[in-house]
Amino acid sequence: MQAETKHKFDVDDPIFEVRNASVTFDMERGESKVMDSIDIDVDRGEILGVVGESGSGKSMFASALLDAVPKPGVLSGEIQYYPEDGEPVDLLDQSESEIKEIRWEEISMVFQGAMSSFNPTMTIGDHFEETLQAHGRDISEGMEYADELLSELYLEADQVLGSYPHELSGGMKQRALLALSLLLEPEVLVMDEPTAALDLLMQRSIIELIRDIGEERDLTIVFITHDLPLVANLADRIGVLYAFEFVEVGPAYDILTDSKHPYTRALLNSTPNLDTPREEMRPIEGKSPDPVNVPAGCSYHPRCPLSDENCVQNDPPFQSDDGDTDHQAKCHYIEQTRREIPLNLQEVEYSE
Amino acid sequence: MSETDHVVSLDDVRVHFEPESGLFARDDDVVKAVDGISLDIGENDVVALVGESGCGKSTLGKTAIGTQRPTEGSVSYRGQDIWEARDGDSDAEIPYETIRRSLQIIHQDPGASLNPNKTVLHSLMVPLKLTEPDLNTFDRRDRVHEMLSRVGMEPPKDYANRYPHQLSGGERQRVALIRALLMNPDLIFADEAVSALDVSLRIDMMDLMLELQDQFNTSFLFVSHNLSNASYITGKADGRIGVMYLGELVELGPIDEVIQNPQHPYTKALMWAAPNLNPDAAEDTTGTPLRKIDVPDPRNPPAGCRFHTRCPNAREACKQTPPETDVDADGDHKVACYRAIDDHEYWDSPELSD
Repeated sequence: MQAETKHKFDVDDPIFEVRNASVTFDMERGESKVMDSIDIDVDRGEILGVVGESGSGKSMFASALLDAVPKPGVLSGEIQYYPEDGEPVDLLDQSESEIKEIRWEEISMVFQGAMSSFNPTMTIGDHFEETLQAHGRDISEGMEYADELLSELYLEADQVLGSYPHELSGGMKQRALLALSLLLEPEVLVMDEPTAALDLLMQRSIIELIRDIGEERDLTIVFITHDLPLVANLADRIGVLYAFEFVEVGPAYDILTDSKHPYTRALLNSTPNLDTPREEMRPIEGKSPDPVNVPAGCSYHPRCPLSDENCVQNDPPFQSDDGDTDHQAKCHYIEQTRREIPLNLQEVEYSE
Repeated sequence: MSETDHVVSLDDVRVHFEPESGLFARDDDVVKAVDGISLDIGENDVVALVGESGCGKSTLGKTAIGTQRPTEGSVSYRGQDIWEARDGDSDAEIPYETIRRSLQIIHQDPGASLNPNKTVLHSLMVPLKLTEPDLNTFDRRDRVHEMLSRVGMEPPKDYANRYPHQLSGGERQRVALIRALLMNPDLIFADEAVSALDVSLRIDMMDLMLELQDQFNTSFLFVSHNLSNASYITGKADGRIGVMYLGELVELGPIDEVIQNPQHPYTKALMWAAPNLNPDAAEDTTGTPLRKIDVPDPRNPPAGCRFHTRCPNAREACKQTPPETDVDADGDHKVACYRAIDDHEYWDSPELSD
């Protein structure tokens, strides 16, 4: 019993355990909390989609998993990493050299606008060799693996390795970077808007490749984006960020078809989708909150159609109305949201 | 419909970019960004162009509003050839100045198109000085305030005195939209105008564009790589959608017809890429519908149907250029693909595989 209640949202074999993690910046206007006491577990081998609008703290969450929060930001709380074999690692309690070893070898990353992270004066192949060298790996063995990765990503290995970054298109660069991030066979891949600058067709193609590669290698993937439809068909579970904290976490299917938080439902209703009747789409009223001045109580209350005095006063805990502990939302009126805020995609199905 | 009824009419337009001439320049380095496209845009029309980066959609848009000179073919505004007027043809019925004012653009990056050193008020007074020189400063300021509150930037006095960096991405895009509208244009070319915005803000911005279209009698040429966005804005306005691939228009038609009855395999690929929020509908759509992920080099596009190197349905016959074919009886919906011709030899030719 003890073990079951320990993990969040029914995760049984966590690779990450994040507890009470916050990121704060001191600003002239006051302390800015860009990540607010987050508790979440990431399951080994899953694809976790993290969705949030600009300024919801999603990039901070990505950086926190690598203990790479940019200065002068301060990361507090606890982030435990459980490698496949070996002792658990307290990520926030490592020396600089220890954390550097974990990054890339154990936990790898592809960040937004990552195409510019290639050095323009080096060929793509040089980047691969340098990475192998820096981590003390066998170069020829490593380059063989690089060839394999590149061709799985539909790239001509010889041509790409011999090219300079500017000679490749955006989509090719992004795939080469994906191969580079997997070169040292990490257990976890953290991706922050990895496809945002690309065409939709290329984004979808890369998503398919990520899915295949992840499955084949038992990778754990944390995929962070503002684009809910993009992860809809990729993730096993989805966490929705609003105002620097998770407001809903659950299996992807349940989040899309039966979401419990008013914000998630509003987000779904405001997303352009070929199948949704155009007349039904609704923008979300109001603005996202300022990190220095997050509303008291439930942070979504100024925009929420269901909010009342209770929401203004009290911050709701995570709860579930139907006993499903794997799908929970932070809302006082969780049992009313489905009735009060219908999902327009669902209506299509009912009326058909 | 006579030619003068169209706001803008493109006739067999080609835009070829040649490399800087020099010792090492070769003829085959010419990029055919737009290669033989005809398109008419009427009053209060909404047309969306979709396609991948490098397909020439932005170049075509710039050509339509007269900021890019076509290498071949003609572009006319209400029957007047834009480039003849520009080159000082004394017979021009409509002066070039008028044409330029009537055709406006909203850029993809709203931040970069506003002067960072000028307030919103200042940036928006400039077009008013041109279009309504009789107004005094106070009247102009009132007009700007009125427009700001019309696009939901309340209180307008507060917003008017801000600098671009004090606005969010959505607010900057609204300011760019107002600036274009204050020129009283007949056509606004919106180049990926909502792509940089958060997903949840996009329909808000598109609704605003359509609402203002009604009030200002403007046509929109909307360019996007995202079919969901393009179908939203054209669908609400009963507009048309054009699908571009490597400089050519491969399918054109009323939005609902194209979405419900897509003919070109490339249109189908773009529809596959438009993510579906319905997990039940999406299950059978895994696996890319393309044979190759990357777009071929535009300097050296494949012969015949340019899509044949990536097309899942390509056959030997596709190495010839397919003609433009009517899909429906009234000729609104056109496609350039042999698959639209029932009795073509395509159906008997061997499939391409590589």
